Amino acid sequence: MLRIKPDQKQRVTVTVNGKAVSGYAEPRMLLTDFLRHELGMYGTHVGCEHGVCGACTAIIDGAATRSCLRYAVQCDGLEIQTVEGLADADGTLNTLQKAFNENGALQCGFCTAGILMSSTKFLQENPKPNDDEIRDMLSGHICRCTGYTQIVRAIRQASGQ
Amino acid sequence: MKPVAFEYCRPDTVEEALDLLKEFGSDASIISGGLSLGAMLNMRLVRPKALIDINGLGELADIKAGDATIRTGTLIRQAGAMEMPVLMSGVPLLAKALPYVGHYQIRSRGTLGGSVAHADPSAEIPLTLVTLSGAVTLRSPGGSREVPAREFFQGLLTTDRRADELVTGLTWPIRRDLTGYAFEELAQRHGDFAITAVAAEATVAGDGSIADVSFGLGGVEDRPFVATTAGFVGKPATAATASDIANTIAETVDPMVDLQANADYRRQLVRVLGARVLTAAFNDATGQQEAA
Ligand SMILES: Cc1cc2nc3c(=O)[nH]c(=O)nc-3n(C[C@H](O)[C@H](O)[C@H](O)COP(=O)(O)OP(=O)(O)OC[C@H]3O[C@@H](n4cnc5c(N)ncnc54)[C@H](O)[C@@H]3O)c2cc1C
Ligand code: FES
Ligand code: FES
Repeated sequence: MLRIKPDQKQRVTVTVNGKAVSGYAEPRMLLTDFLRHELGMYGTHVGCEHGVCGACTAIIDGAATRSCLRYAVQCDGLEIQTVEGLADADGTLNTLQKAFNENGALQCGFCTAGILMSSTKFLQENPKPNDDEIRDMLSGHICRCTGYTQIVRAIRQASGQ
Repeated sequence: MKPVAFEYCRPDTVEEALDLLKEFGSDASIISGGLSLGAMLNMRLVRPKALIDINGLGELADIKAGDATIRTGTLIRQAGAMEMPVLMSGVPLLAKALPYVGHYQIRSRGTLGGSVAHADPSAEIPLTLVTLSGAVTLRSPGGSREVPAREFFQGLLTTDRRADELVTGLTWPIRRDLTGYAFEELAQRHGDFAITAVAAEATVAGDGSIADVSFGLGGVEDRPFVATTAGFVGKPATAATASDIANTIAETVDPMVDLQANADYRRQLVRVLGARVLTAAFNDATGQQEAA
């Protein structure tokens, strides 16, 4: 059994976008804070820290879910995909990102990282979704500036429809 | 916000988890999916000395189908349950209720047992378990016990679970012949907690009369419950009787009042959603008769 004292800093190793990286976390450190402040990966955004806004959504151990409701110590040894892993190393956007760009599916971009990660996993499971299915998936995200119509359009375009 | 400092414990066996519960008692929080607990921790609505992470207990993620019931381990994820054909065809009411639970990003990690242990009055999984007259299995260092769902939920986020007990599984009665199932709710947006949720199981006799009906309500009072409908057994299983039942029950409930809705509005939802859901359950049952 693993036990970590409240003020003990535990070494945590995760594979982020295919690369093994390590940092230190005491038990109460959120995975979002670990990604941002320990690993310096600021792509994953933090909005509400109670699961409602969706900004922090990442693909953790194969599931698109909230990184603000996970503690870093729970994730030792897991695979995590974040928005930094979507574009090519030279910065070329992937199909989904291009579709967001071409459809005006983002303005300030605060919600975008989370929506892209949900959509990535969603399209793997459901490659040809209809608009109702896309909207149902999007209900787990809050975007305060773009309006959802362009986001739905972008996801549909990315699915080749 | 950030949680208070706590000790993190990740047991490898149920016995180790129970030892920890004995050691910390009500000073510990069990974390399952964390989709409800995480928010309460981050807002410091709970301030545990220790967090007991049960996600390593693979034995609590199994499913066992018997003749009359299916047992689901507490750790089965809500999205995972939707992908289990045995469970979805065996317990059609659960199949109808699960798409209403939160969002894609919540169901991927949230668990069946976590939702039951959490006991939100408007949560769909507890309502389904109560409507079907299922049960909750709990384990403590002293042994196991099974509590009928209708006795397990005692109020807002309050259950019959003692501080030294772990919810290990849920028992779901398998669908009965000539019985129909329906579920519906109203929320501000799809995936939000229901203002009112309504579930029904109805068995219709060969002459078209109601043989048995279970009418469950969520988000109305401080816990999910089944309304008393015994007086309607033997009446014709029609839309008119469905309205009668819903209108009668709406007068007897004592609805919660919150920012989303006052008591009259919830009562009206019991009438409207109730009539719809009971009618759908009757039709589902008679459809099976015609097919047979
Ligand atoms: C944005 C959002 C929307 C949501 N919408 C809905 C909705 O519409 N309907 C709905 O029903 N739910 C909704 N939820 C809640 C979600 O379904 C949770 O998954 C569920 O309530 C709790 O399950 P969990 O596995 O995440 O449990 P946790 O959050 O880990 O635990 C919840 C509580 O149960 C206790 N607990 C958990 N497992 C056990 C166990 N085995 N034994 C004893 N105690 C245990 C914990 O200590 C805690 O007190 C929503 C959540 C979010 C973040
Ligand atoms: S920051 Fe995680 S859902 Fe809002
Ligand atoms: S683009 Fe600004 S919140 Fe969505």
